[in-house]
Amino acid sequence: MTDVEKITEQVLDLARRALPGGEVEAAADSVHRALTRFANSFIHQNVTEDSVTVRLRAHVDGRTVTTTTTLTSPEGLTSLVDRTVAAVRSAPRDPGWPGLPGPAPLQLTGQVDAATRDASPDDRAARVRAFVDAAKGLETAGYCQTGHWTGAYRSSAGQALTASATTADLDGIVRDSGADGVARRSGRALSDLDGTALGTRAYAKATAQRDPIELPPDRYQVVLEPEAVADLLTNFAYHGFNAKAHAERRSFAQLGTAQFDAQITLYDDPRQPFDVEGSPRGRLVLVDQGVTSALTQDRRTAAASGTVSTGHGGDPSWGPMPDSFGFEPGSATVDSMISKVERGLLVSDLWYTRVLDPRQLALTGLTRNGVWLIENGEVTRPVRNLRFTQAYPQALAPGQVLGVGSEAVPQPSRMFLGSWTAPALHLASWNITGGASG
Amino acid sequence: MSYFDVGEAAVAAALDAGARYADARVMHRRYESMDARNGEIEDLSSTESAGIGVRALVGSSWGFYAVPDLSDSAARLAGARATAIAKASARVAGRATDLVPTDVSTATWASECLIDPLAVPLSDKGDLLTHATKTMREHGADVATALYAVWDTRKWFVSSEGHRIDQHVRECGAGVQATSIGEGETQVRSYPASRGQYGTRGWELVQGLDLLGNAARVAEESRELLTAPQCPSGETTLILGPEQLFLQIHESVGHAIELDRILGWEAAFAGTSWLDLSQLGSLRYGSELMNITIDPTLPGALGSFGFDDEGTPAAKRYAVRDGIWVGVLAGRDSAALAGLDYAGSVRADGWSRLPMVRMTNVGLEPGPHTLEQIIAETDDGIFMENNRSWSIDDKRLNFQFGCEVAYEVKNGRRGRLLRNPSYTGIGPKFWQSMDMLSSEIEYWGTPNCGKGQPTQSGHTGHPAAPARFQGVRVGVRA
Repeated sequence: MTDVEKITEQVLDLARRALPGGEVEAAADSVHRALTRFANSFIHQNVTEDSVTVRLRAHVDGRTVTTTTTLTSPEGLTSLVDRTVAAVRSAPRDPGWPGLPGPAPLQLTGQVDAATRDASPDDRAARVRAFVDAAKGLETAGYCQTGHWTGAYRSSAGQALTASATTADLDGIVRDSGADGVARRSGRALSDLDGTALGTRAYAKATAQRDPIELPPDRYQVVLEPEAVADLLTNFAYHGFNAKAHAERRSFAQLGTAQFDAQITLYDDPRQPFDVEGSPRGRLVLVDQGVTSALTQDRRTAAASGTVSTGHGGDPSWGPMPDSFGFEPGSATVDSMISKVERGLLVSDLWYTRVLDPRQLALTGLTRNGVWLIENGEVTRPVRNLRFTQAYPQALAPGQVLGVGSEAVPQPSRMFLGSWTAPALHLASWNITGGASG
Repeated sequence: MSYFDVGEAAVAAALDAGARYADARVMHRRYESMDARNGEIEDLSSTESAGIGVRALVGSSWGFYAVPDLSDSAARLAGARATAIAKASARVAGRATDLVPTDVSTATWASECLIDPLAVPLSDKGDLLTHATKTMREHGADVATALYAVWDTRKWFVSSEGHRIDQHVRECGAGVQATSIGEGETQVRSYPASRGQYGTRGWELVQGLDLLGNAARVAEESRELLTAPQCPSGETTLILGPEQLFLQIHESVGHAIELDRILGWEAAFAGTSWLDLSQLGSLRYGSELMNITIDPTLPGALGSFGFDDEGTPAAKRYAVRDGIWVGVLAGRDSAALAGLDYAGSVRADGWSRLPMVRMTNVGLEPGPHTLEQIIAETDDGIFMENNRSWSIDDKRLNFQFGCEVAYEVKNGRRGRLLRNPSYTGIGPKFWQSMDMLSSEIEYWGTPNCGKGQPTQSGHTGHPAAPARFQGVRVGVRA
């Protein structure tokens, strides 16, 4: 039995004794997270965290409390239960409690790569070294991360789950006279990350930006590279398919409606086999050939809408969202997309995108790490960064998608163990509303 | 064994392993939050977190190791691991890192707290939030939310230079928000700020907000916005309320003056800065009305402390004086590299994260006007309040903000309500256009400033007052 299994069983036992008749669930997450960060072409911050977080949720007499601790000594766990007991007696009533489901098996098994689990600072530094060397003396910055998670969940309704997973990310820029080129990759194993290949790609992007021009605001045809498409996935994940936002009419999503071009299929393919509520997770198709086909559900949203959790429990205030979201790849190459553009933009990356209105999923943001003008099927000039104001579903609406890339590249996410799997996209219109200089 | 002893064991082990400098932070934090929605509590969370983070300097790199185990053996192991991690950086090494000197202190500091937020009964806190959200629903909100959050943090800092500092910081805050949903759009009104108002104070801060007294108003305003005319597009005179101006300061001044950004340490993620150190002391950032201070000594402001997470005592410093850029947010390492003689702005968001340059309280000193005067002296303009969206480039120059609400200003009077207001500009051009600034300074706090990898959430404070800007582009739409 793993440490986290022992902890969850201990906490569940203590809590059931202290709260007879209550519904109780205990979870423990053991995380080893190591991140080697470099800037100005040397490693400046090199960090490792080993932590165990224990979560106890109790529902007693119509009241619900969630408590967590990092103190896993017997005294720490007893204190956790005592705190829960004290809080649940004076907590406000919770009429929306969905109840605890009975045992359900895992749909996925976590994938653990031993070399990634055991990766040393030297292993990460080797990836960084390769990236820096590929920049041929130009300045570089970025990070290499490895992580290992083991989680256990136990409930008074009999659910008992344990799983582990690993993750690895490499994300870097090469800088040439103020112009940055980027390359990123996420994987389940450190061996998925090729520092030389990523550094070479970032170098090529950086050095192709000398003497950029300014372009006026307008609607442009665009080819978005995978790093930029990851931003679309991020915002669709946070705001688009969240069942809570949908129930409150704050989402654009309309189930059963062809809201996207038929070339678009979106899915969530999680690395963690169950969520914080002990609900098993599997691959979930949210847009099927253009038709919005599903929402992400936690137990609370599922109970409210008469369905079942899809295993996306997390922050109850925000609501359930995908964390390993991806586009199904198409058949086009980036070069073939560019060849079909009479006048448009090749965009490497998007930055600081913020929602203006969630119902339209209208956002503003900027390009970053490279923009180029495409004329008559060829990339002709680098362009200074641009600000855009664009409704994302509108950009992918029927008839607006002119091509989907054949290679879907896993991109790092800010969520540990999350990722965005993004191909390049060729879109008919993107609303540029300003240049970086005004 | 005291927590100072735990820290000293870690630091000693780091030095034994070969670090030339090391420090350790033992931290214990209790966090409590509650969210209400449409008259019901939807989440009540209580967290206790404790651990040690050890920082070791070898050559050009910090090694950092964190673990939630406060035993002597775990602390020693953490110290040795921090040094080993730093040593591994030698494979991609740079110039050796120095630290500017700081007074070595043995000290204790605590923020002021009249009413312990964690001692207020949960039922009282729940009643406040549920009543506020019920009131908003009764007055037209389709979605009514309310929240509070409390942090009670104790930390013990030890360094190889001899620091022994313990601090007790209590922070809390709360807010309400009403959303009304129309055909194809949503309208939002918040009070007092779009994500709540926070400070280093006790529950008296929340009591003073009068959430219940403002709930009906924000709900009615969110509903009214659905049928208000669109904010026009074009260049105009812009008046900003203090809640919006604090975020403008945060994004277009606070982040731009972070020395780690200026030095390129955040280039791949948070970004760099448009500021060049060769212009420190001479660059015109804004109009002569613009005086921005970095001041962690402000009582009750969210970015206040006695000592930063490197043991540097809190002190006030100017970032912009009479419109000229004169100061930065610095740490001991970045200051040494930049040739500056001050630090004091380094913090971590918990025991498991590496301390880094963060804003403390960065904000405006009072101007000579009042909001009433500003409106009275504006013939044709727009007055925007409460942030709804924010976006700025990686050099902190090109920004676009959306606000919840705006009003026409015509012939010195506040006129009709306008929906979907937004404005955009370039930082120094915008600040140089500030021609009126109110004396009505308030301290605004935000607990969710993201920076660093792994990401950390910083707690920052921002003194701000209403101000007027000329020739600003407004009404940018999708």
